Amino acid sequence: MRVVANDLGWSAGTKSIVNGVSMEINAGETFGLIGPNGSGKSTLLKLIAGLLPRARGSVLLDGKPAHELSRREIARRMAFVEQHAETSEALTVRDVVELGRTPWLSSLAPFGQEDRSIVQNALHTVGMNSMAENRWDTLSGGERQRVQIARALAQRPRLLLLDEPTNHLDIHHQLALLRLIGHLPVTVIVAVHDLNQAMGCDRLAIMERGEMVACGPPGEVLTPERLASVFRVNATPLRDPADNATVFRFHHMEISAS
Amino acid sequence: MAAGSSLRPFALWGLPGCCLLVAAVLAGVVVGELPLPVDTVMAVIGNNLWNAGHAVDPIDGGIIWNYRLPRTLIAAACGAGLALSGVVLQSIVRNALADPYLLGVSAGASTGAVAVTILGVGGGLLGISAGAFVGASLAFVLVAILAHASGGGSAQLVLAGIAGSQLFNALTSFIIAKSASAEQARGIMFWLLGNLSGARWDDIGLAVPVVAVGFVICLWCVRAMDAFSFGVSSAASLGVAVRKVQIVLIGAATLMTASMVSLVGSISFVGLVIPHAMRFLVGPRHARLVPASALAGAIFMIAADVASRILIPGQVVPIGVVTALVGAPGFALILLQKRRQL
Ligand SMILES: Nc1ncnc2c1ncn2[C@@H]1O[C@H](COP(=O)(O)OP(=O)(O)OP(=O)(O)O)[C@@H](O)[C@H]1O
Ligand SMILES: [Mg+2]
Repeated sequence: MRVVANDLGWSAGTKSIVNGVSMEINAGETFGLIGPNGSGKSTLLKLIAGLLPRARGSVLLDGKPAHELSRREIARRMAFVEQHAETSEALTVRDVVELGRTPWLSSLAPFGQEDRSIVQNALHTVGMNSMAENRWDTLSGGERQRVQIARALAQRPRLLLLDEPTNHLDIHHQLALLRLIGHLPVTVIVAVHDLNQAMGCDRLAIMERGEMVACGPPGEVLTPERLASVFRVNATPLRDPADNATVFRFHHMEISAS
Repeated sequence: MAAGSSLRPFALWGLPGCCLLVAAVLAGVVVGELPLPVDTVMAVIGNNLWNAGHAVDPIDGGIIWNYRLPRTLIAAACGAGLALSGVVLQSIVRNALADPYLLGVSAGASTGAVAVTILGVGGGLLGISAGAFVGASLAFVLVAILAHASGGGSAQLVLAGIAGSQLFNALTSFIIAKSASAEQARGIMFWLLGNLSGARWDDIGLAVPVVAVGFVICLWCVRAMDAFSFGVSSAASLGVAVRKVQIVLIGAATLMTASMVSLVGSISFVGLVIPHAMRFLVGPRHARLVPASALAGAIFMIAADVASRILIPGQVVPIGVVTALVGAPGFALILLQKRRQL
């Protein structure tokens, strides 16, 4: 699904958190959001999902203004895995993934065989099918993250918004998830902290203090100069002989008091 | 298979639950100061429903048909309504301790009902119920605003509920002190503790439709209530029209609470303890929790009513006292079990 965002912005009280962000994301593209803590990545994702009150700007989903769609119509098009998910209910893993079917169900179309197999597939995709009957509150951080991703997959969206999805994941599951994201035939907007993972995106946007300061293919955007100015690190690009890809090593940057 | 796995659990608890409810209704009619045999009860019900023409002592017939049966049915409706209100409030405010009594909704309903009764603004059962509904809505809005403004946490909500209850209870006392005659005051105090002795068939015309409508609304919203488990914003991203669902569900809970309070007074803990007990039995998914809580609330309330009649021979204990005697320890259990999350 093609996503166009025009001049998105949001303020908490008088403090501007995200300001004047516009972007065009093509169908099937994997679009990464990077930036330091508090730069507005999560807020921008929530703006795209239409979850914030008093938001500025507009979002077009395949040319349709999102504010003209009902919540249910939006949820059938996009799924969102937030940075944090908490519940006090004693839900099982399967219960949580079944929540993903919510926008597709109604009293006339109750949960059926097809929904059950979509849920089962989603559990399988993230490798959680053997733990389907376990209680959510007994899971480890990475397992919870994978269950939320399965929930989002069960939503069968055409746009997937992921906020630090590799957070808490062990290295095997990080790579598995990145591979999955790359192969899914849907548009993905993903906030990531690991800049080497960000190199795998089709395009990257760099957020700094609520504004988008750069946008383009990773090779063009992630220059040592920009890494120094935005992330305050010294970065050395290296070449991995296994696949000839560029990887970064980072060195602490002494910062004079400012 | 498609229907099987979701039906099997229902067959496990739903059918026995319904049988238990019927048995409880029968027990509610049979047990009392003057125990009446089951066959007399069946004969009276048969006579009244389809003119069966059994020979029955007219006094027994009167007690059963005009007194005990409506009383038991009101108890059932009231228990179901309060338990459903509890389920709804716990889901909407995402707080295990939410319940119409603790959140001050019952206190607000009492104030509204008393105001209408004493100040004679509307009069009649409908007028009293309408007053109770206005009072209950006002109380909920006040408590919700206070809880939100003070940070919106679990503790804040409970504290705001206490403040709201105290305020509305004080208002009720004030209205009584200012305007009621001594006799009115005694009657109202007795009613406020929860009292089913005035239940008549007319009251059923209010209680049963309200609970039926509330139940259908809850069933309609089971998936939305499930979606609230991870919070309001997660529910929105799952396609729930959050504001609309909140208004409809809170409206239903307030309506049920207000009607029950105007019929039988303020009854504590049913809305809190029953849904939690049912979570243990049937799990947290609302498709099962809603019918299970309605059933269990109805059965519990009939049992409490029977207990209130036989606990002290020759005297009726207010039903609110019985539910509190059972509910307070239940509440303590919930607190202990939830201690990590508070
Ligand atoms: N509701 C709010 N009220 C006030 N400030 C807020 C609110 N939400 C976010 N902020 C502020 O906005 C800034 C951006 O937050 P956001 O969560 O979008 O950052 P982020 O880029 O996702 O950071 P991280 O990498 O730590 O996840 C932060 O400084 C945060 O404190
Ligand atoms: Mg974030």
